[in-house]
Amino acid sequence: MKKLLLWGGLTLLLVILGVSLLRSQQGQVGQGEKAPDFTLNTFDGTTYQLSDLRGKVVVVNFWASWCESCKPEAADLEQAWNMYKPRGDVIFLGVDYVDTEPEALAYLEEFGITYPNGPDLRTKISQAFRIRGVPETYVIDREGEIAHRQIGPFRSLDDILAVIDPVLEK
Amino acid sequence: MIANIGFGALFIALITALYGVAAAIYGERSRKAAWVDSARQAMALSFPLLTITVAALLYLLLTNHYEIAYVGEVSSRSMPVYLKMTALWGGQSGSLVFWSWLLAGFASAVTLGKWDRDREFLPWVIVVTLVTLAFFLILSVFFENPFARLWQLDREIVTSFFRPVGALPFVPRDGRGLNPLLRHPGMIIHPPMLYLGFVAFVIPYAFAIAALITGRTDDRWIQLTRRWTLWAWLFLSLGLVLGARWAYDVLGWGGYWGWDPVEISAFMPWLAGTAFLHSVMIQEKRGMFKQLNMVLIILTFDLVIFGTFLTRSGVLSSVHSFAQSAIGPLFFVFISATLAVSLGLLINRWNDLSSRNELKTFLSREALILFSVLLFMGILVTSFWGVIFPLISELVTGQKVTVGPPFYERATGPLFGGLLLLLGICPLSAWGYSSWKTLRKLVWLPFLISLAAAAAALAGGIRQWQAILAFWLVGFSFSVLIYELIRDALARGRRYEQNVFDSLWGLLKRNQRRYGAIVIHLGVVMMALGVIGIESFQTETQATIPEGGRMELASYTMTYQSLETFNTNDGRNVARAVVSVAKNGQLIDELYPRRDFFFDSNQQVTIPGVRSTLVDDLYIILIDWKAISQEGATFKVFHNPLVKWLWIGSWVFILGVVIAAWPERKSKKIRKSKPVPQGGMLS
Amino acid sequence: MRIQKYYQDVVVMVLVMMVLSLSAVPAGAQGSTPSDDQVNEIARELYCPVCENIPLDTCGMEVCEQWRGVIRDKLSEGWTKEEIKAYFVSQYGDRVLGEPPRRGFNWLVYVVPPVVFVVGVYLLYKGFRSWKSQDDDRLLEAERAADQGNADEEYLSRVEEELRGRE
Repeated sequence: MKKLLLWGGLTLLLVILGVSLLRSQQGQVGQGEKAPDFTLNTFDGTTYQLSDLRGKVVVVNFWASWCESCKPEAADLEQAWNMYKPRGDVIFLGVDYVDTEPEALAYLEEFGITYPNGPDLRTKISQAFRIRGVPETYVIDREGEIAHRQIGPFRSLDDILAVIDPVLEK
Repeated sequence: MIANIGFGALFIALITALYGVAAAIYGERSRKAAWVDSARQAMALSFPLLTITVAALLYLLLTNHYEIAYVGEVSSRSMPVYLKMTALWGGQSGSLVFWSWLLAGFASAVTLGKWDRDREFLPWVIVVTLVTLAFFLILSVFFENPFARLWQLDREIVTSFFRPVGALPFVPRDGRGLNPLLRHPGMIIHPPMLYLGFVAFVIPYAFAIAALITGRTDDRWIQLTRRWTLWAWLFLSLGLVLGARWAYDVLGWGGYWGWDPVEISAFMPWLAGTAFLHSVMIQEKRGMFKQLNMVLIILTFDLVIFGTFLTRSGVLSSVHSFAQSAIGPLFFVFISATLAVSLGLLINRWNDLSSRNELKTFLSREALILFSVLLFMGILVTSFWGVIFPLISELVTGQKVTVGPPFYERATGPLFGGLLLLLGICPLSAWGYSSWKTLRKLVWLPFLISLAAAAAALAGGIRQWQAILAFWLVGFSFSVLIYELIRDALARGRRYEQNVFDSLWGLLKRNQRRYGAIVIHLGVVMMALGVIGIESFQTETQATIPEGGRMELASYTMTYQSLETFNTNDGRNVARAVVSVAKNGQLIDELYPRRDFFFDSNQQVTIPGVRSTLVDDLYIILIDWKAISQEGATFKVFHNPLVKWLWIGSWVFILGVVIAAWPERKSKKIRKSKPVPQGGMLS
Repeated sequence: MRIQKYYQDVVVMVLVMMVLSLSAVPAGAQGSTPSDDQVNEIARELYCPVCENIPLDTCGMEVCEQWRGVIRDKLSEGWTKEEIKAYFVSQYGDRVLGEPPRRGFNWLVYVVPPVVFVVGVYLLYKGFRSWKSQDDDRLLEAERAADQGNADEEYLSRVEEELRGRE
């Protein structure tokens, strides 16, 4: 009995450690995986639920106002958004990772960003996507699966288009 | 070329270690002593081989070979020579090789000992030590090769030891340089000491396992490893103290210990090791609790590996941890395997290890030591649980949580208090027989003196009951220890008609262990005083003041005199403020808090200006400044009462361990399987 | 939905806190600029959300300066310490607190160490009872020796015996 308890406890401990280790090794949600569902409350008060956007291609961009490497891609993302917006079947969502609201709003203002943006409250969204840093961008196809993930910034507008266009054609 | 030699030696060392394991097992199984001897020579060879590896890596660091990825990561042209040497253990792969090298040093030293009387231990000691060494060498050879080079392959830079097909060598002009936080004298010796402590605990563990396998479960393994254990403990303690000192001097948050998971992961083996050091005394004196000692040494060893695992696997991230890497799963497998094998062996021998345990009273020395082991284990469990709880929580609830200092302080504070009390009572109690009655005779005088400490605290205006209690405990333990020393000295002085100092010296020489322990405990009490001072009475203030402006804190007035910024020739931009310090209107000191910006790594370090006295520390940090405008600079000032005693106590502590571990002059031969005479009340 | 529920929790919590700490006056009064010390007093109890294990008051990053700015703004709007902490939790999650909030699963972190310790004490106590032998003669003898008062002499002889034993 005692032995059983001892080994049981030990095994449990090792399993916990092992599972956490696996998680830490796991990395971000991968291509082809189902995108985790989330709710985004934007700065202007609209609520978006990912599962409601089935049938559209969703581009989820994680950023923060303190993130220097987010800045170069910000204007490109906005430009891409303006190109796809008229089609109606593409939506961009900006998820603001641990940030302060005034600085975040100033950032959106500075780069003239018009697509919906909202804070990642309690870091739920970023944890679901298991992001490692900002910026990271996930392109989710019409079936709600991750079609592309971009770790780090896009280098140019063409980079962004090259990623989204094939998903639209699928 | 040099890199090839280094890697070659590393690889041969791995082969040698694996050969040693095989030869030792084969020799033992087939009773062929020649094979065991061959294994022993293989183990002796590991140190010279790895010395070549380390020397090669050092050479590459010192001669700016930035085509080696590791060198580029941790070194840069502007770094002075001593820092380039420090860079040897400043990154993941270098520190792994360094770890192996130190372990090989201990392994080789073990083979040099006299083995005639303990031949049956030898093969298993070799197996355990070399398996551990081989594990670390595998990590270095296959996963974290410090000699891997940079190559250019289709506009991409790749890292590989061997040249990939179609790749061109890539040689960066300069390296990224060592993390500036690590550019501190404390950092030069802190990691090596910690690693020394870690690896040295492998040796007693190896002997314990050998004892379990061979069935020689008497006290022999403990006698053989007592000094190893003490030295291991010394290095580990020194490592922890230096780390604390480094944090105080460089991290600029006015503290020395932040209950950071990585700090705790170095602290846990220390706790288990300390418990082990105490509990082996019961076995030596009274032949009891052999099972406990086995459990504790296995725990210590696996906590050493676990600590290394935590810092290197990326499971936890913290100031100290090395970047994420693929070696986590391997560590995990190694820990699980060693734990399972050790516990399996232990359970197998459990009945052999049982002894007729006998405790007469709750107040006998052995009972009190058991209590203290329990308290150490309590702190260990709390620390362990606090470290892994965020992992469990994230798994179960999906929310990240922080388990920080408030948790640990509340949970372990009473346990530390209990240890302090035991530290005061223990020296007065006797082995075997001690009752409240015998104890009372001795305790009243120190007790009365200690009341003075509490009274002084009250008179000094302290009203927190925890602080008063803590001061009383410090006073009590301190008086007991001094009382003990004086009593011994007087008694001996009277018998031999010596003066007190001669007689103290005489005692010290004749029983290093007992008096080493008293000195260690005196050091602990002083450290406790410092910890209580800073934990209970630290105050701080922060303000932005113009030149000539003032700040006040705890009867000190600080005046911001001036600030200058300049570049140094070792690649820093320094902003250095001059702050004069006055007390009661009298100018007493001038401090220079500064901020160093390192160009190569693009990072900055805040170095406080500290005025340290026995009573208190004044600790000023330069937080921010405006270069041109008249807005002035922002300073944060800490007032840390009594903290200097923490550092003084640490040195007393270390001195005590050195006294206890120092080889005795008349080298006493350890008799085979015959325990040290029992029944003595002391030491 | 969840988040709304959470805000309700926060409101309840804040109300409880306010009742509990009637004597505590909110730090910066409305309108005035709070001092660095007032800001740090709260920042000290919060953790930087993007670093690991670094309290907000000592974190040197630029973002941390912004977060301290948030604390300052909230203080000057008359928020209390608990309100500000609750706001940080709602924004960045439980990890900004120095220890897990006491609810649900998190209770485990507080309960397990004392339970383990108590079990240890119990085991030791049980052990003591079984290890305690019946013959207390020698104990009595020792007590009598102590009573007789020449403890010093006896002690010295034990010191000497001990030292002889080591040579």
